[in-house]
Amino acid sequence: MKRFVAIWFPYLKTDWFSIRQPHLQKIPFVLVVPDHGRKLISAANGSANAQSVYKGMVAADAKAMLPSLEVIDDQPGLTERLLKRIAEWCIRFAPSVAVDGEDGLIIDATGCTHLWGGDEFYLKDITERFRKYGYTVRAAIADTIGTAWAIARFEKENFIVKPRQQFTALLSLPAAALRPDDETVERLNKLGLRQVKDFIGMPRTALRRRFGRNEFKIQNLKFKISSADIITRINQALGVEEEFIQPVHLPAPYEERLPCLEPIATATGIEIALQRLLETLCKRLKQEGKGIRTAILKCYRIDGKIERVEIGTIRASHHAAHLFRLFELKIPSIEPALGIELFILEAKKVEVHSALQEKIWNSNLGLTDTRISELLDRLSSKIGANAIRRYLPAEHYWPERSVKAALSLDEAPATTWKVDRPRPLQLLSRPEAIMVTAPVPDYPPMNFQYKGKLHTIKKADGPERIEQEWWIEQGQHRDYYYVEDEEGCRYWLFRLGHYNDASYKWFIHGVFV
Amino acid sequence: MPALKADIITQLKKDILALQGFKPLVHAEQKIDLGTINHSFPNAQFPVGTNHEFICNNKESLTASSGFIAGILSALLEKGGAAIWISSYQVVFPPALVSFGIEPSQIIFIHLRNQKEVLWAMEEALKCEGLTAVIGEVSCVDLTTSRRLQLASEQSRVTGFILRNQPRQLQTTACVCRWQINHLPSDTADGLPGVGFPRWNVELLKVRNGKPGAWQLEWSDGRFNEVIKKYSSAIEEHKQAV
Repeated sequence: MKRFVAIWFPYLKTDWFSIRQPHLQKIPFVLVVPDHGRKLISAANGSANAQSVYKGMVAADAKAMLPSLEVIDDQPGLTERLLKRIAEWCIRFAPSVAVDGEDGLIIDATGCTHLWGGDEFYLKDITERFRKYGYTVRAAIADTIGTAWAIARFEKENFIVKPRQQFTALLSLPAAALRPDDETVERLNKLGLRQVKDFIGMPRTALRRRFGRNEFKIQNLKFKISSADIITRINQALGVEEEFIQPVHLPAPYEERLPCLEPIATATGIEIALQRLLETLCKRLKQEGKGIRTAILKCYRIDGKIERVEIGTIRASHHAAHLFRLFELKIPSIEPALGIELFILEAKKVEVHSALQEKIWNSNLGLTDTRISELLDRLSSKIGANAIRRYLPAEHYWPERSVKAALSLDEAPATTWKVDRPRPLQLLSRPEAIMVTAPVPDYPPMNFQYKGKLHTIKKADGPERIEQEWWIEQGQHRDYYYVEDEEGCRYWLFRLGHYNDASYKWFIHGVFV
Repeated sequence: MPALKADIITQLKKDILALQGFKPLVHAEQKIDLGTINHSFPNAQFPVGTNHEFICNNKESLTASSGFIAGILSALLEKGGAAIWISSYQVVFPPALVSFGIEPSQIIFIHLRNQKEVLWAMEEALKCEGLTAVIGEVSCVDLTTSRRLQLASEQSRVTGFILRNQPRQLQTTACVCRWQINHLPSDTADGLPGVGFPRWNVELLKVRNGKPGAWQLEWSDGRFNEVIKKYSSAIEEHKQAV
């Protein structure tokens, strides 16, 4: 025999808001979502409901009815996030917990309630805990999911249905308690079958003819919950037909522990411990096809302090030798003091490891080669990831913005490199002001003085005008000249601003090959 | 009989070269066409999988050397592969590499200030067999360090380029080649205005088992071309000299 608990959160989202903003607890407020140029109420709290403001109304109408109404923007995806988190928290009550629709949870409490001393204390603990957090909940326990769901939402007093008492418990409830779709409820009401007892005893053939599943209905199904017809729902509520839930799973953490009999205080000891931990963790990751992106080694010392070292990789890796080499660089920073009694290796960020197909010939793999990503891991663990860059073209003419740093080793260029104009191989990190003799209006300069040296210009190309991108930054345009001096050295100079302006300036911005 | 002797001598020479770190090329396509410069190298091939050292006395020659390296790199990276460019003073502007036929996203740039860190990173990178080339910019390299770098690169067959930025003294190093590249005034066809193709004076100061020399090279049409003085300009120079 099974037992199920259904928990109903009538004001899930508004409760969440009131917990974070306590001043909302007393006043009526609604959450709104924009819809076709107006604001629709997506949730209303208890005191708003009491003053006839409900979900689905237009916010302006509600505000006209109730001027003191507080209107807050809704957060998309909040319900799913919240319910999933609450479901994970509820694993304390039973091992299998499922999210039910948009406002409830189902707990498979089979064989769990006696640990709390019976159904009554079990339910009480659940509701009390939620009430303490600030959530309004109603919970019911029954043999079937259907009955528990109905009792939690439509029963006023007695939330415990004794084993095999579903039938009597359901009789006095309205038709909607059986979870039929809206259309069926409407049709039942039209026929005067308002309560479950009015139709639960009817012959099944008669019910199927009128309310059975048909093609038209299936197309209009909105929610998963209404995907069954009224007969299936009755059978599920009574326990004749089995209903299944999809329990949430807590992901098992990627963590390995190594307690030590004797405290360890030497680097060699730490290395051995690390190797063991990595071997077991990498074995598991390999089986699951995962790889480490960031990992942390915690060393619990005898004196109660915890030493931590962290490593990161560019690509997910489960190569134990490589990960060990990364940790090895950081071992000197561990201070063992009197000794370490427990090592915990935790993979904080784990990603799917894409195994490359091994090639028979040792050909050029380019950047996809794992040896390169392992090299970069080693380099970045010592010199920092900021020093390592890869550049991709960006769609800007302004030289400083024409390249952007790639986010990952796999990122491919989104556009092509512009090669129509010459660009210097060495770009000064910022343009440096120079003294220039140049004929007006816009001939190339005749000579320029840079760092105390006079360069006479023999050959020149230009100007190439590059305008400042006004939508990013305000400023004057640059006129670039590609010049060659008497020694054959080639430079990139520019004049900032128009030659007519008195305030124009000359700069050097790069050296050509 | 003398023919046989000559055969033995060439074979022995090849053996000695192999012992000295000049391994024959594994792939024929790794051959780099540098025109007449190739005759200066042992086996008449640009030495791949070894270290080259470039003496740069100022910022301009540093850039010129980088340009020359970019030209060699374009041949090395032609069939795919990746390179690491470790810089400390100069900031390489990736779009400029495109004109040398290099896809800049194939190159990983590392910017480090500390000389020791540059050398450490360079050695680590030279040990990585997945790379094609490593370019490092340092000021001083002593014999021991350069030997470490050279051994790493012989082991992994990664070509190393060491840009010696304003070296205080030129000690002996274990690098196979020592180059010096300087700018030369460019020349446009028929004296048209504007700046022509980049042109350098390439000096091979030292090369192990080869013949040092000096050449004037120009990068045009996606390859190095030796500058052959035009007849008219040669006459003019002659006149000036007279």
